[in-house]
Amino acid sequence: MATEFNLTTHVEVDHQHDHDHEHHEEGFIRKYIFSEDHKMIAKQFLFTGLLWAFLGGAMSVIFRLQLGFPDLELGFLKPILGSWIDETNKLDPNYYLALVTMHGTIMVFFVLTAGLSGTFSNFLIPLQIGARDMASGFMNMLSFWFFFAASLVMFASLFLETGPAMGGWVVYPPLSALPEAVPGSGSGMTYWLISMALFIISTLLGGINYITTVINMRTKGMSFSRLPLTIWAFFLTAIIGLLSFPVLFAAALLLIFDRSFGTSFYLSDIYIGGEALHHQGGSAILYQHLFWFLGHPEVYIVLLPALGITSEIIATNSRKPIFGYRAMIGSMIGIAILSFIVWAHHMFVTGMNPFLGSIFMFLTLIIAVPSAVKAFNYITTLWRGNIIFTPAMLFSIGLVSVFISGGVTGIVLGNNALDIQLHDTYFVVAHFHIVMGSASFFGFMAGVYHWFPKMFGRMMDAKLGYIHFWLTFIGIYLVFFPMHYIGIAGFPRRYYSFTSFQAFNTFADLNMFISVAAILTFTAQAIFAFNFVWSIFRGRKAPLNPWNANTLEWTTPRLPGHGNWPGKIPHVYRWAYDYSKPNADKDGFTDFIPQHIPLSQTPHSNLEYENELMQKQNVTDDLKVNE
Amino acid sequence: MVFLLSDAFSFSALLISYGLIRYSHPAYAGDVEAFKFSHEYWPIPEKVFEAVPFLHGIELPLVFVGIMTFILIMSSVTMVLAVEAGHRRDRADVEKWMLWTILGGITFLGCQAWEWTHFIHGTDGGGAKDFYGNVIYGANLLQNQYGPTPFANLFFFITGFHGLHVTSGVVLNIIIFYNSAMGMYDRPNRKIDEGAEPYEMVEKVGLYWHFVDLVWVFVFTFFYLV
Repeated sequence: MATEFNLTTHVEVDHQHDHDHEHHEEGFIRKYIFSEDHKMIAKQFLFTGLLWAFLGGAMSVIFRLQLGFPDLELGFLKPILGSWIDETNKLDPNYYLALVTMHGTIMVFFVLTAGLSGTFSNFLIPLQIGARDMASGFMNMLSFWFFFAASLVMFASLFLETGPAMGGWVVYPPLSALPEAVPGSGSGMTYWLISMALFIISTLLGGINYITTVINMRTKGMSFSRLPLTIWAFFLTAIIGLLSFPVLFAAALLLIFDRSFGTSFYLSDIYIGGEALHHQGGSAILYQHLFWFLGHPEVYIVLLPALGITSEIIATNSRKPIFGYRAMIGSMIGIAILSFIVWAHHMFVTGMNPFLGSIFMFLTLIIAVPSAVKAFNYITTLWRGNIIFTPAMLFSIGLVSVFISGGVTGIVLGNNALDIQLHDTYFVVAHFHIVMGSASFFGFMAGVYHWFPKMFGRMMDAKLGYIHFWLTFIGIYLVFFPMHYIGIAGFPRRYYSFTSFQAFNTFADLNMFISVAAILTFTAQAIFAFNFVWSIFRGRKAPLNPWNANTLEWTTPRLPGHGNWPGKIPHVYRWAYDYSKPNADKDGFTDFIPQHIPLSQTPHSNLEYENELMQKQNVTDDLKVNE
Repeated sequence: MVFLLSDAFSFSALLISYGLIRYSHPAYAGDVEAFKFSHEYWPIPEKVFEAVPFLHGIELPLVFVGIMTFILIMSSVTMVLAVEAGHRRDRADVEKWMLWTILGGITFLGCQAWEWTHFIHGTDGGGAKDFYGNVIYGANLLQNQYGPTPFANLFFFITGFHGLHVTSGVVLNIIIFYNSAMGMYDRPNRKIDEGAEPYEMVEKVGLYWHFVDLVWVFVFTFFYLV
């Protein structure tokens, strides 16, 4: 009876397999450009994201040059920046603002949202839940191409005569709404808004796909309580994105109307050059509310995927089950919910009612609880583990480090009384660059090092990876840690030059130090670039399961084709964290038991509840067959 | 479904914006009978939306928009009937009720067009005075006879955004109507997911239509009643 049952499923699967074969003979364009295969789309996101990361990083080097060496002759940048370097060989102050704005926009949206989420959600969701592809390959393709169009528009804005948007990455009106305010608020701002509208469409298309895929296409046995934490993180990220980006879309539409059609949603009582503008009755604070209703969840859109990736890598390379699997899920859900009700902590100094401020302070500080749960779970997973220091593992541990040291300053900033002093200073810059920027970047790098073998079938060079990690890790602390002191002293962010203020002259050497560290850290990324490109073509061929990991993607061939598994999709019988299970050696396993191994194959190492589960499973299977 | 949820958040953002701007302006405090349009305070909706086509000069507060709302809600009812007919796989009934739904949608859009026209042209006597003391006739994105400029801005933006959704809903309904009239859902060897109904698309588009309808209920409440 049982064999008959198996036979029928087999026939079905084989049929599906044949069906997939029809798609196999694809031309170059279908395979590499307008591809609907989730792995190819993930790589497209990865390459675009990395290119943007280098561009965004290069921008930061230019404005760090200005900040660290105010007297430096920047004439050598003329070939790149053209007339933005003026006759005295100085950086144009407006262009400094443009660089800061573009650096923020690019890093937050194009690198850490699209690059990180786009790459790993696309790549890992089908592979780790056991699906042949995303729910809608076509929408997935659209998602990338909308992102690409957004990238093109943003890139084009860099070459405008009046420069790209200059109002800061948050583009607050009225600065961003009135072309008279700053040159970049002319066509540069229009390009920014068009690009962001396209970007939001891309995110929504991607997010809808991730959510439907996770809900509907998990393989047999892959219940939500067996999902790897990576998938939980991507799933929650997609939900947050889907709920918060539309609000930014509404805010952007209103801003477009204010700019182009003369409405007054955000503008009121403005005089320019002594002349009154016709705008009446709007509210600039309204924009800030709408923006931060996206803006704060955005922080977690950026951070959660990195945390998910880290959970997976730390458990694998400590050869231990993740500590507190359910607590990890719970804290991620907690973070996701809380992220929607803390936005006003970005607006403590807008003149809001102090009582309201203290409510937002309270809610903000609550986030420390789930964050601390995660941090402690990482540490307890590492505790007495059999740690294998792969480059990915180093970056994951690095993430835990920066997540903690950046999170601690978050408690300071979340306090609405302290924030009055620290608001818009370099303290804030230091805080979010460590906790959000660096942590997510480390997660990104960890993911690239860990899943590179699955993406390209080759290994990255580990030695270069170690050098890259240590230079980056030390560099990041050298860059951002001193910024705390400058911030506490009150130096505001986004200022072109601090030397014009007597009070800040004492920080000249510290600023110089930061700039040198930033340039070195940026240069160190060249090691990664070389390693990445070289390994794609010349790396050592990867074994099937290089890290001895449990998740399903390592059961695919070295270079999985369209449809991921050549035969039938593996079923799942256990969670993803059966590392170093007691008595596994009696069942013929080493220190890991992959998810697709049935409980019946591991009688010695099964826990009591697993034995019960197995018996129950047998009974239901028999019942099914008898029906 | 997920798309509807995210769309709901866009609309919520817009309506909350309305609320914020609304309450940053003072309400009209005086006697209702003596109400005059002014930039000083937010207008009373009954005094703004009181016109009905062919009944020029007669004050019928909220009658026209009431009719519009009724039409839209009725079209939701016919949509329910279409979905129900789909469950019975009764093609003729699906077509009939879809057609009524499409008609309802188009009528609603037509009404809205008239209302916009009237809002833009304004009333005979004009309304509020601008900065220089000139009487303003009608409303557009730059000036507004009925009250503060943002009132008109928000009116155009939010009802326009909703109208756009109704338009795309009507287009979707027409596609469904065409497909079912062509017998596409009855084709015996049509590939559908396991366990799915042949007329499932009617249900999905129906969900969207109900959503658009529900949004209108909120827009109506915020703009016309409060």
